[in-house]
This record gives sequence, C-alpha cells and structure tokens, in this order.
Amino acid sequence: MAENSNNKRRDFLQLSTVTIGAVGTAAFIWPFLKSMNPAEDTIALGTTEVDVSQIEEGQSITVKWRGKPVFIRKRTKDEIDEAKTVNMSDLKDPEEDIDRVKKDEWLVLVGVCTHLGCVPLGQKLTDSKGEYNGWYCPCHGSHYDTSGRIRKGPAPENLAVPPYSFLNDTTIKIG
Amino acid sequence: MSGNSEPRKYKNPVLNWIEFRLPIISYFEKEYGDYPMPKNCNYFWSFGALATITLVTMIVSGIFLAMNYTPHTEMAFDSVERIMRDVNYGWLLRYIHSNGAAFFFIIVYIHIVRGMYYGSYKYPRELNWILGVFIYLLMMATSFLGYTLPWGQMSYWGATVITNLFSAIPFIGEGLKTWLLGDYTVGNATLNRFFALHYVLPFVIFGIVGLHVAAVHVHGSNNPAGIDIRSKNDTVNFFPYMLIKDTIAVCVFGVLISAVIFFGPNLMAEVDNYIPADPLVTPAHIVPNWYLAPFYAILRAVPDKLGGVALMFGAIAILFVLPWLDTSKVRSCNFRPMYKWFMMLFFVNFFVLGYVGMLPAEGLYLLIARVGLVYYFGFFLIITPFIGWIEKPKTLPASISDVYLGGGKDSPLTASQKEIY
Repeated sequence: MAENSNNKRRDFLQLSTVTIGAVGTAAFIWPFLKSMNPAEDTIALGTTEVDVSQIEEGQSITVKWRGKPVFIRKRTKDEIDEAKTVNMSDLKDPEEDIDRVKKDEWLVLVGVCTHLGCVPLGQKLTDSKGEYNGWYCPCHGSHYDTSGRIRKGPAPENLAVPPYSFLNDTTIKIG
Repeated sequence: MSGNSEPRKYKNPVLNWIEFRLPIISYFEKEYGDYPMPKNCNYFWSFGALATITLVTMIVSGIFLAMNYTPHTEMAFDSVERIMRDVNYGWLLRYIHSNGAAFFFIIVYIHIVRGMYYGSYKYPRELNWILGVFIYLLMMATSFLGYTLPWGQMSYWGATVITNLFSAIPFIGEGLKTWLLGDYTVGNATLNRFFALHYVLPFVIFGIVGLHVAAVHVHGSNNPAGIDIRSKNDTVNFFPYMLIKDTIAVCVFGVLISAVIFFGPNLMAEVDNYIPADPLVTPAHIVPNWYLAPFYAILRAVPDKLGGVALMFGAIAILFVLPWLDTSKVRSCNFRPMYKWFMMLFFVNFFVLGYVGMLPAEGLYLLIARVGLVYYFGFFLIITPFIGWIEKPKTLPASISDVYLGGGKDSPLTASQKEIY
C-alpha cells in the first residue's frame, strides 16, 4: 500500500517535471521561430499611387507593390467581351469578371503566377499571351485569360487582385 | 607514487600522455589503421573517402569566400563579381567552390549507386543508409541555399520557385512560405538567412558524416560479393592498403576537377546567373542545377501543384525505406540476374529524368518525364519487393577469399554453403 502510493507520487513528479520542461522549452523556442516571420517594417503596408492617364487601350504597365509586380491593363472592347462571356463551368477557379474589376476597362492584377511564383508573360506587345489571350507563364506553362483567370496548366488559382481604389479617373492607389 | 606511472603503450611519451587522458590515439589506430577492409573491394569503395575530402574542400573554400561576400540584395551580386575580379585568387576560390559542389554530387551519386548495386543498405547497415540519405538531403538543401547567394537571375527565380513549393501544402502552406522567406517575396531577409544557413549546414553534414563512418565501421564495409567477412584471410588492413588505393583515387579526381576548374569553369553554370536578380522579370526558362534536375522533372511531370510537390518530396523520402522494400536476402546485384537489369535501368532512368528536367516541360519531354516518374516509383514500390520474391539468385561464394578461387560461379551449392545461406 505504501509502495503503491509512493509509485503514484513518482509518476506524478515525473509527469509534472516533463510537462514543465516541455512547456519551458516551447516557450524558449517560440521567440526564435517568430523572429523568422516578416519584421514590422516589412509588414507595414506599402501603398503605391499610379498615374494611368498615359495608358492607351490595349496597353499594360507593370508597377512594383510590396516587392511584387502588379499588372495594370486597359482592356479593349473585345477583351472585355471575351472575359464576360466565359462559361463558369469552363473555369478551374470560377469567378465572374465583374467580381475581378472595379471598372470594366481597367484590370489590376498581382503579376505572380499562382503555381510557383514566376512573373507571367503578356505585358509586352511582343510577349506570348497564351492560348486565352491574357498571360502565359513560361516556367511551367500556365495560361491565363483576359480577366487573369487560370484556364490551362498547373496553376491552381486565378491571378490575385490586389486591394486598390481609384483616387480619380486617372490615378489608382494600390494597397 | 607507484600509482602515478602511466602505461607505456607507445614509444612516444607524448602519445602515451595523451592516450592515458583521452584514448584517441588507439581509436584512430583501430578505425583507420588496423580497420579490416574486405580485400575484394574495388574503386567504387573509394568514393566515401573522396566525398569526405570534397566536403572539407567545400567548407574551407566557402569560409574564405565568405570573408569577401556581402549578403545584401543591393551588394551581393557586386561582391561576387569583386571576388572574381579584384580579390587575390578570388576567381580560383569561387570556381573551386562552384565546381566542387557539382563534383560533390557526382561523387555522392556514384557512392549511392555503389550502395544500391551492391546492396550495402541491407541488414545490418540500414541505419547507415538512412544517415546517408539524410546527408544527401542536407546536401541538396545546402546547395540550393548556396545557389541563391550570387543573387543572379537564376538565384532569385530558383529561390522563388523552390520556396513556393511550400505554399502548395494545404492550410499552412502560405504562412510557412512567408515564415521561410521572412518577407512576402524573396527579399533581403531571405538572402540573409539563406547565407546564415548555408554557412552552418555543412558543419551539420560533417557531424552526420562522422556518424555515417562510425556506423559503417561497426559491422565493416560491404564488398562487391555482398557477403560477410568470415576470417582474417578475407581482409586487408586499411593502412596502408586502402589508404594507398584511396590516394590514387584522390589523385585521379584531382586531375579531373582541376581540368574543369581551370579549362571549363562555367561548363556546369547557367549563363542567366550572370544577370543581376530582377524581381519583375522571370527568365524565359528556369533551369535547376543539373544535380537537382531529376526531382525537378518529377515536380513538373504532374499536372497538379500539390501532387507534383508531394511526389517530388516522396521521391526523396522513399529512399529512406529502401532497406525494407527489398525482400531479397542477397546483397550484391552481381548475384541477382534479374534485379541487376532493373537496377541498371533505374540508373539510366534517373539520368534521363535529370536530362528532361533541364528542358522545357512540354510535348515529348513531358511524356518522357512522366514515363520516367512511373518507373522511378514503380522500381521502388513494385519491382524491388516483387523481384526479391520470384528471383533465383546465383550461388554465392563461400567466402571473400573463395571469390579468388573461382567460387560464386554457377557451381551447385556445397553442403557447407547451404548451411550458411
């Protein structure tokens, strides 16, 4: 009887020692792991204002926002029609064109392929625009349409739309 | 007074003094002097020593390069160019280091091929094999981190593509990627930590190499016949026989690597990496280092992001369980008439995967990569266990000495041999 209660005491002491030790170790490791996350100055949201008055219909520009390229494209009538008439069941990541733009002619996208992070081609007039007349990622062959939606290839999602707003008719603020 | 006299094992009193306090002299005598090596070991058994020497060369050349390198996005590329143009013998240090990395992989691949063909991974050397796969994994990580440091276009976009692999993991992927990068894209925080890790990992590798060598010395080295040592007649001492043999291998290796360092230092380099990193322009064709290309081919062969990443990591992970996938008791492929050919085809297949991994993933290349992917996993998961069951191995020699007396040919088993196997 005495031995039994002694064993229980032993078990309790062992368990509580290990638990306290584990908690202490975890608490010690946490700041080290956390230090590897983006620092405060990195997180501080950058905003970029872009003057788009010089962009002609059918032209695109690339601006840098939080270290990433952002595509701003003034779409042609044909491109807008193409984007709007797509059957949702043909899309890998179904999203209406209307949900991806604030004004029909202006398409603003984060120019980073959702597969493995390359910058898709299609910004320059001489670039390949892929089979859907939007963008084409040369790294692993993803095709995006005129709304920046993934149509063919390994990328799982549409090109992201960054948070942006129109300050006036010719100025876009990204971020 | 009388208890103070120290044992006199060696003639040199200094050695005795050390030995009495730290028995390191007798340890080296045992492990590197009298250590018995099977006498039938061929030059494939020199690649472990070659790999160790290359690792030390990489660490030394790396330390001296680090004295002149600046891990900052604005200065990294220029500091590497300065090493090439202005630092005394900087060009030599860098070409030793960059080509040394490639040769390190060549050596380790031959070392792995040796281990697979002669069945060195089997009982009782499974843990040894596992430690080796860990070393291989750490080597791949280290070379990837190091490739980022020159901050050229291939550095930047290679780092982007590889770290994006982690974003394929459901739920935690995106957060994990950001944590690894320390930023939302590959940036200065990334370059800094990659440099820190690239500096420290080789020392971790060195430690595991120590365990790897200690583990193989427990049961002794395997040999081309794949049979156990039975008597002193089966072995020669490491010193001087194997040391001399390894020294010849090192000389030949030195000639080969020098030829590349001095006459073709950029043979295995990508020209795009001499263009400074530009986060807004992706090179038309991102090429991994050739020694990682087979796994890159597997990644691209799968039309699904998560699936590709899973199979790529799976292709490495499956190596860990090879000792348990192989159902045959016979180690050496010399005595396995069927498995031998599948093994050879596996090596060719790996080479082909590497080749298509460096070409665009489309059309015929993509098809070849898919066939190669199927064979890679088929070899481990189906062929290796299955052949072990149905194959009738050739007669093994009774002992290593017997190899030289004509044993191990297709003679019927003697009674004593049957007893052994």
